[in-house]
Amino acid sequence: MNQERKIRVLIAKPGLDSHDRGAKIVARALRDAGMEVIYTGLRQTPEQIVETALQEDVDVIGLSILSGAHTTLFPRIMELIKEKGLNDVLVFAGGIIPEEDVPEMKKIGIKEIFGPGTPTETLVKYVKENVKKKI
Amino acid sequence: MSYEELARMVLKGDRRSIARAITLIENNHPKTQQMMSQLYRHGGNAHIIGVTGPGGCGKSTLVGKLVKEFRHKNKTVGVIAVDPSSPFTGGAFLGDRIRMQELSADEGVFIRSMATRNNLGGLARATKDAVCVLDASGKDVIIVETVGAGQSEVDIIKVAHTILVVLAPGLGDEIQAIKAGIMEIGDIFVVNKADRENADRAVIDIRTMLEMNSGKQEWKPVVVKTIAIEGKGVSQLVEKIEEHRKYLEKGAFASKRREQVETEFFEVLRQKIEESFLNDLKKKREFDKILEKILAREVDPYTAAENVIAKKLKNNKD
Repeated sequence: MNQERKIRVLIAKPGLDSHDRGAKIVARALRDAGMEVIYTGLRQTPEQIVETALQEDVDVIGLSILSGAHTTLFPRIMELIKEKGLNDVLVFAGGIIPEEDVPEMKKIGIKEIFGPGTPTETLVKYVKENVKKKI
Repeated sequence: MSYEELARMVLKGDRRSIARAITLIENNHPKTQQMMSQLYRHGGNAHIIGVTGPGGCGKSTLVGKLVKEFRHKNKTVGVIAVDPSSPFTGGAFLGDRIRMQELSADEGVFIRSMATRNNLGGLARATKDAVCVLDASGKDVIIVETVGAGQSEVDIIKVAHTILVVLAPGLGDEIQAIKAGIMEIGDIFVVNKADRENADRAVIDIRTMLEMNSGKQEWKPVVVKTIAIEGKGVSQLVEKIEEHRKYLEKGAFASKRREQVETEFFEVLRQKIEESFLNDLKKKREFDKILEKILAREVDPYTAAENVIAKKLKNNKD
């Protein structure tokens, strides 16, 4: 039997902001790169996002946030990811995240942060190179 | 984790293991078969509901509301929502969950999005086995949502016990309603977005179509109006689904299951035979040699195929 592996990605919008154009552009770019992209829709709680990642058995989670609440929401998400044992999932983030917050975000386990204007090719390349091989 | 262990955890209802098992199936992992043979014995208890219909008629929203209604009745629910893969890049955008957001924190619900990976017929190749995993994990109800189906994507009949064909007003006149294919497979027809103009017209068209059917069937398909986004008509719809299940339990279940198992066994058998022949041919590079001969018109494809079969059968005997 032929084994076919597809990269599965969850694009999630935590918190209360209501703009998801960026998230959709990222989703679309990853789709066009041959990945299977699940989008949560707006206004998700950390619990909803991590449970969705678990059920969908994704390899990658992309968090998009513009509201400034990343300092509260991201740590909670990373905590839940550890709690549920999703340690092999690659987590990156994008949106409006001030430079001075980046070290703290990386410390809690967000592997990379992409600001506005990042070419989608950069993102696709990053995901392909950094996704961890599961079984 | 070993595959025996994974199967054991699925049987206990462990959510992470259910998710992982479905991934193995989707990726055609070599150990899938061993896992499935453990799970298969424990299935057969869930009521499997198929939801099909054209894109944009509200299937996902309706599925979300159906799940909520079943949860009110204390049933655990599994959902497989299928969306298309791109025939060009192989990628997919799986957006059905967006309409089911409020369910992702409920432990009695397990939702999995699935891309068709270019399988035709409205489902993914992995859908049937994924349903088997959810069934073995103890879900009472499993809902399978097909891709937006046009007219001939009717594979759902191989999987579901009760089929909902969802339509919306304004999709076409009674000529569309008497066409073959998807309009023949519904046990229950749902006219969603029933607050729109012409909803009653759509109901009449479907009823007229149903009345033309020969009177032999024991189950007369029904038409239900819903406004899924407001939750209207959903409890009546669940009543009809329950009625259909009771009807099946009076006897039709056995014949339906037999038909489905027959189709499945036949498909698996065909696939296994194909694999076994192709593996042999490719190992010895015979495949290319035969192709060359056919290309040179030294032999026709039919004779070439018969020769391959005869040779394999002879080898097996020796």
